[in-house]
Amino acid sequence: MTTPAGQKPLVVWLLNLSVIALTLLWLFPTLGLFVSSFRTSEQITASGWWSSMFPAEQTVQLRVADPDENRIETEAGIFVVEGTVFGDALAEVEIESWGTSSRAIDAYRPGDTADLGEGETLTLNPDGTYLWRGGDDQISGRAQRLFINATMPPDFTLANYEKVLFDERNSEGMLKAFFNTLTVVIPATIIPILIAAFAAYALAWMDFPGRALLIAAVVGLLVVPLQLALIPLLTFHNAIGIGKGYLGTWMAHTGFGLPLAIYLLRNYMVGLPRDIIENARVDGATEFQIFTKIILPLSFPALASFAIFQFLWTWNDLLVALVFLIDSSGQTTVMTKQIVELLGTRGGDWEILATSAFVSIAVPLAVFFLMQRYLVRGLLAGSVK
Amino acid sequence: MHPALLGLLTIAVGVTGCVGYFYGANLLLDKVLFPPRGPNAGRNITRANMIRPWVFLGPAILALGLYLAYPVVATLILSFQERLPGGARGFVGLQNYAKMFDEPKFWEAMRNNVLWLIVVPATATGFGLLAAQLTDRLRWGNIAKSIIFMPMAISFVGAAVIFKLIYEARPLDVAQIGILNHLYLTFGGDRPQQWLTIPFWNNFFLMAVLIWIQTGFAMVILSAALRGIPEETIEAAIIDGANPFQIFFKIKIPQIMGTIVVVWTTITIATLKVFDIVFAMTNGQWETQVLANYMYDKLFRANDWGIGSASAMIIMLLVTPILVWNVHNARKEMR
Repeated sequence: MTTPAGQKPLVVWLLNLSVIALTLLWLFPTLGLFVSSFRTSEQITASGWWSSMFPAEQTVQLRVADPDENRIETEAGIFVVEGTVFGDALAEVEIESWGTSSRAIDAYRPGDTADLGEGETLTLNPDGTYLWRGGDDQISGRAQRLFINATMPPDFTLANYEKVLFDERNSEGMLKAFFNTLTVVIPATIIPILIAAFAAYALAWMDFPGRALLIAAVVGLLVVPLQLALIPLLTFHNAIGIGKGYLGTWMAHTGFGLPLAIYLLRNYMVGLPRDIIENARVDGATEFQIFTKIILPLSFPALASFAIFQFLWTWNDLLVALVFLIDSSGQTTVMTKQIVELLGTRGGDWEILATSAFVSIAVPLAVFFLMQRYLVRGLLAGSVK
Repeated sequence: MHPALLGLLTIAVGVTGCVGYFYGANLLLDKVLFPPRGPNAGRNITRANMIRPWVFLGPAILALGLYLAYPVVATLILSFQERLPGGARGFVGLQNYAKMFDEPKFWEAMRNNVLWLIVVPATATGFGLLAAQLTDRLRWGNIAKSIIFMPMAISFVGAAVIFKLIYEARPLDVAQIGILNHLYLTFGGDRPQQWLTIPFWNNFFLMAVLIWIQTGFAMVILSAALRGIPEETIEAAIIDGANPFQIFFKIKIPQIMGTIVVVWTTITIATLKVFDIVFAMTNGQWETQVLANYMYDKLFRANDWGIGSASAMIIMLLVTPILVWNVHNARKEMR
């Protein structure tokens, strides 16, 4: 837009580079979580996620097959255990070196035979097959340890998602929390839209005393911190007998979302062409008909903007759910609360944390990318005056 | 599946209830109370039109009053009261405030909140302006914008997990999985740091999360403002021989100053209320307490409604100048 003709190539290069750097800086954190959610806990602790996308040299610690079940007596008193390391992934793995003790993990090349003392030997071939050979008491009990340094291909798994979402024994229960969040979000998005749309129409197109004052009040309430509402409303909910639960949470979200909804919708409706509404009035349409047949369809972009805001806000909310929803039974926990809980109890289990967090982020991200146009429009209408 | 069914039912009941209320009230108004026919048709129409706005506004006024206006008053009253034996509450004047001001934890929260209020809006607006200005000139700028804007959709809790992974520290002899420690060691650090436990500086590691989220917001709005600048002013500057920096700082910035103020205040309000990030990442330990989390601690952990409400009123007090300014602007605009 403002680029003067014939800008120096160097400047253009610098511009591109700095935007690339900025974009990567903003993308990297989320990418780290995303990549980590597809790695096993061993992979996560073995190397940083940024090195997981390329073949990398890793030390893998494993044991050969269980001797008591797999050993074969080849000659009198001599037993062998044979097998293959890495299973299916073998074709892409390149073994660099290996060892049998943690103090010398790269003592041998592929194809070497390790002397384990008193005639016990272990051979690991470049093709991944091994042969463990020794006497009766040597080839028994615990299987021999192996440390293999190998260049491994990138390896990702969906197992974390299966565990977090569908594992019956899993106490983290993200699936339940997912549905609880959904149960909070949908009514908490739809109800304020309905209430706000009528109010916004009255504030935009009806003439009555006190209108200016009401609009000012809505603008003022936009910034009132919801922290103030916690105790008075919890007391109120207890007094009218709904206590902690979905109903109170829906009502709270409705109340907290209304100022923005009314403000956005009114600003939009005021801008609709006056002629259409006047003509409809002259033609004998009632206010209700004008509202449902003309105003609502025309206001679709503003309705969509607010719907996205409210959806994101209620989906991502923690405080309102903590105060108005989650009781001591824990049956109504939402995903944000579940993740905070995991941060406390499973702080080091990044495969669980990353996957749970990504489950909760995925839906808002999808909505964001699908409806970005409306989100931007709503932001512009909501803050620039 | 029970709660989901309940949810569906509530949506159905709620939506039908809302629509039914508005439809029914209108019907009542037009057909029963003030029918626009008969000898008093004219007067009836006027009367119906006087009442109708309040029918449309009714539920909204009720909800706003109950859920936002009433709590401000109720919290104010609570902050002057203490719990008496037997569950009653007695008036204690400013004692709750006095007790709160004696607590070092409160002043720690105040100091941190001021720090947040200085750093976050300035940095987020600055980065947003930079991103808006740079991406506007690129062909692939919209993709870059989408990516910078994306954290907006991520919850504070999700972002807390994301950044905890970045700050993760492992013992020196094993691989670092947090990129910050990885870079720190690569560029000459001697041992991995527990970033979130270093007093004072850990505040900045928490702020980074909010800056990461809010920059996209600032960028989107400032980018629209930059596009709205009249071409002629820039062309004139170019003809007069201004360099790109002069154009940016002397021509563009002054013209979008109003928008910058709006962005700044919006992020300021978000910063004032910051709760989830601190709650999830440090819970106020290692001197990272902020007002909203301090209040939550008092209300629901210490069960001290007096001091909890007093600290909520402090947050309200800090928001009030912005509230007054917004209302003032809105009224000026309507006239």
